[in-house]
Amino acid sequence: MREYLPVLMFIIVGIGFAGVTLGVSQFIVPRRSSAKKMAPYECGVEPVGTARQRVEIKFYLVAVLFILFDIEAVFLYPWAVAFRRLGLYGLIEMVLFVAVLLVGYLYLLQKKALDWNSPS
Amino acid sequence: MKRLLADALQKYHVWAAEHPDPTFAIWAFIKIFIILNVTLVVVSYLVWAERKICGRMQGRFGPNRVGWFGLLQPWADVVKLFFKEEFVPGSANKVLYSIAPALAIVPALISFSIVPFGPGLHVTDLNVGLLLFLAMSSIGVYAVTLGGWASNNKYALIGGLRSSAQMISYELAMGISTIGVLLLAGSLSMVDIVKAQEHTWFVAFQPVAFLMFMITAFAETNRTPFDLPEAESELVAGFHTEYSSMKFGLFFLGEYSNVITICSIAVTLFLGGWNGPWLPQSLKFLWFFAKLAVLVFVFVWARWTLPRFRYDQLMDLGWKVLLPVSIANVMLTAVVVYMRVPR
Repeated sequence: MREYLPVLMFIIVGIGFAGVTLGVSQFIVPRRSSAKKMAPYECGVEPVGTARQRVEIKFYLVAVLFILFDIEAVFLYPWAVAFRRLGLYGLIEMVLFVAVLLVGYLYLLQKKALDWNSPS
Repeated sequence: MKRLLADALQKYHVWAAEHPDPTFAIWAFIKIFIILNVTLVVVSYLVWAERKICGRMQGRFGPNRVGWFGLLQPWADVVKLFFKEEFVPGSANKVLYSIAPALAIVPALISFSIVPFGPGLHVTDLNVGLLLFLAMSSIGVYAVTLGGWASNNKYALIGGLRSSAQMISYELAMGISTIGVLLLAGSLSMVDIVKAQEHTWFVAFQPVAFLMFMITAFAETNRTPFDLPEAESELVAGFHTEYSSMKFGLFFLGEYSNVITICSIAVTLFLGGWNGPWLPQSLKFLWFFAKLAVLVFVFVWARWTLPRFRYDQLMDLGWKVLLPVSIANVMLTAVVVYMRVPR
């Protein structure tokens, strides 16, 4: 576990760097605030409505698909590292796994889930 | 002198591995401090180099007033950013708004803890090194998404949404394209991966994976031609529209550190890391930096060569080309490795 200590230290130093940079700037930046300045920027025009609106469902779909395929990627890492020891068994196992995923992928293609311009 | 130093370092490593003690932590802290400083200087000069190169590509001089060849320009910029007025939009979510810039820079810096710059020149050699890099690049998505959402500005929100969808889509292809290298090296440790390339760089066996890694690297760092999250011509500045002063500065620094990080990883995985002819062991890190400089130049070059993608083209490329090709590449590599392994 010893080799993880420097990573922890690096995280602390990194957060410290960001914190000090932001903290120091708090003391020296000028602040002359006004109601107009605090309004959201919309190219100088009066802001219309709010930014807390509904967003396209497609972004959600992308997130769900990402989880599915990312799990595959996570499964591939240990397999790739141990591949030489697994031999033919490992190869066949992964071919089957990818084949199952391929069927799902083709289904997605056929449903046009990956077409950004198709109506969702 | 350098050889003596390297030998002492090597002896210390051997000794420290057998005797865990507080000096190990102090030594690690010194290395972290040096790497952090070198990184920040390199990042600020990358900004200078980019402005200089793009100036030349457009028939301008680029920055040339502050110091010799404009070499003091980055420092002038930092001082300027520190003294700029800072304001938080009234309707913003204050906490997330302040955390987002830190999230942009910290993961990019932490990734350097696993990059082997030269023989023995690394902060730590994790047996899951590559996973740490992938985890950190995933956290980087939060900076842009939270920054865009917390600003409570429509441009920022659209920029943040676009970038989150783009980065997670391309992260898949990036993660899977590195698996070909893992199959060849049989290890996730960055040092082992570099050592496995002593004779032949992995780019020779994995040209497709290298190409895909570089394409996804452009998307992960939000650089042209995939800079839709901050498409100036339609979204003002995208996710950092409402950021000013040093908060903007950290986003800016984060983007450029990400370029350096991802190029370092590409050099390590595909271009042989510190491996190269002629130089003695203690100077091998120069090879690493030379390769890094070439890749970074490609990033700058592409910015002034390629136009921006349309969003549907971007998604098509990620999901319909890069993802299937990267999986096919992994399977093909697996079959070839299986047939070549003596048993």
